[in-house]
Amino acid sequence: MIVRISDDALALACGADDVARAFAVAGCTVERVSSWGMHWLEPLAEIDGRGFGPLTAADVAAVLDGTSSLAIGPIAGHPFIARQQRLTFERAGKTRPTNLDDYAATGGWAGLNRARELGAEATIAEVTASGLRGRGGAGFPAGIKWTTVAKAAPTRKYVVCNADEGDSATFADRMVMEGDPFLLIEGMAIAGFAVGAQQGYVYIRSEYPHAIAKMRAAVERSAAIIAPFRIEVRVGAGAYVCGEETSLLNSLEGKRGEVRAKPPLPALEGLFGKPTVVNNVLTLAAVPWVMAHGGAAYADIGFGRSRGTMPIQIAGNVRHGGLFEVGFGITLGELVDDIGGGTDSGRPVRAVQVGGPLGAYHPRADFHLPFDYESFAAADGLIGHAGISVFDDTADFSSQARFAMEFCSVESCGKCTPCRIGSTRGVEVIDRIRARSGRAADRVETLPQMHNARKAPRSLADDVDLLTDLCETMKFGSLCALGGFTPYPVLSALRHFPEDFGMPALTEEAAE
Amino acid sequence: MADPTELDRILALHATREGPLLPILHDVQAAFGHVTEDAERAIALALNLSRAEVHGVVSFYHDFHDEPHTRPVIKLCRAESCQARGVEALAAQFAGETRVSIEPIYCLGLCTVGPNAMVGDAVHARLTPARLSALVESVL
Repeated sequence: MIVRISDDALALACGADDVARAFAVAGCTVERVSSWGMHWLEPLAEIDGRGFGPLTAADVAAVLDGTSSLAIGPIAGHPFIARQQRLTFERAGKTRPTNLDDYAATGGWAGLNRARELGAEATIAEVTASGLRGRGGAGFPAGIKWTTVAKAAPTRKYVVCNADEGDSATFADRMVMEGDPFLLIEGMAIAGFAVGAQQGYVYIRSEYPHAIAKMRAAVERSAAIIAPFRIEVRVGAGAYVCGEETSLLNSLEGKRGEVRAKPPLPALEGLFGKPTVVNNVLTLAAVPWVMAHGGAAYADIGFGRSRGTMPIQIAGNVRHGGLFEVGFGITLGELVDDIGGGTDSGRPVRAVQVGGPLGAYHPRADFHLPFDYESFAAADGLIGHAGISVFDDTADFSSQARFAMEFCSVESCGKCTPCRIGSTRGVEVIDRIRARSGRAADRVETLPQMHNARKAPRSLADDVDLLTDLCETMKFGSLCALGGFTPYPVLSALRHFPEDFGMPALTEEAAE
Repeated sequence: MADPTELDRILALHATREGPLLPILHDVQAAFGHVTEDAERAIALALNLSRAEVHGVVSFYHDFHDEPHTRPVIKLCRAESCQARGVEALAAQFAGETRVSIEPIYCLGLCTVGPNAMVGDAVHARLTPARLSALVESVL
């Protein structure tokens, strides 16, 4: 009997190795495959297409004699899976991650082969036609970026994969690298072929040791297939800001991960000053499907200007958390209530944060929003890397706003003042607001030569104004998204939950 | 002082790489537990950098330390999704734990099954006070 159990980091953290060992001891053949992405069911065992989970080693006997109460029936028919449109994650749960035969047998390398048949120019045209936009958060059209690099002066060029997935509530990059590493390699090889690059780098955060190990193994095994293109795995060193592309390039070069001013664009002067494609894992991992099935097929899916599918990550205090890949346009409410099943704690959902630590908090009043780049931007939010973190009604959003500022101050690279200083001042102002303390003018402010300093004490309302003003400065004055987007969680918390800041609560009508 | 032959071996291993500083520092950190002033000097000499440039990089990244850890380290995720799942209350219960160093880490990518922690390369999910206690005992 063949038992399939995931060996991705999440399954391991939930005890999958113990379960696998128990099945092996009971005489089963255990295959370690990628994760289906139904995280509340991990460790999940699959026997003849039927699932059992979440298991512990003690449940194994009952599974084998058919009396287990943890049976969930056919996995592929589970509503969480059946409702998805899996393109990037079409192999999730089905193949052994670093097995080349499994990859080739499930349509692997078809995209790269077709690209080689079509030629570089037609490959870029296909990617442009797909409407694929950067999945890292900025949503820049991949085809246009590739065109810029392809047309740059013929010199050494690079493809850099941004796998520094630091946002809370995101794990899709990790799941690609741990579950289907050849897919990312194929996507990078296609990018390298299309723009004329010889060398690729995958920059993986050090918090993902399992992804690093699997990517290294996969790169070694597939070297001959992607040649003459070469890929090297590089490891980050715990700096969140290195997820920003120019900071990542500095880090790859062996420098402090400080942000660079743009222009020059990395597409023209990127790694070591050479033309460089910098794309997120999910962007590159979407490319093999686009090349194998055609850009038009990909562009048929989606909503408005957001084409194709998005691997959405439903996380935080949610009952059915996991990876949900679907065409753009599904509403936030469907994702949280129908698919996520509400909170894990059983309490009402108070708000969700979309887009990681730099994303806005959205109350239930925003649950009608369709999931796409433009709709969220219009609602003063962003989809970022499509992570959704669910909070129940015990959450205090002035505390979350403070955390956003504190996180920015810890992770700021220090290059620009609004982010470096503004975040620290932001923590102080929010602390005063939370303490409802107000503030009297200090000794420096009362000096006679400080003509423009305010002499009157600050009230709570003054501090809230000050915080709003500070957020404006950070938003428009910072060099990169860290300082520029930290105001999103802060201002959204203030706007939707003023009662947490000691202000009058919104009335029902205002909340709508 | 870091063993000079081991350091030379690491420097030679990465000599032909583009942008070798981070890979070197990772290996030095892994081999010696921290990056000493002497190691910084040797690396600077090998890469034709100033010691200030090397030190600037060492001090920029959370993963590199100039002092070795004196206690076992448990990295507890304190990011938003784990906060939503109650990590702050859990951390508060272990605030007095002095035998191990419980350090914050921002996101292990296991955001559906938090609170989560990492010890070395091993990850642990669905932490309760009892499970975290057991984890603390296991690293002592």
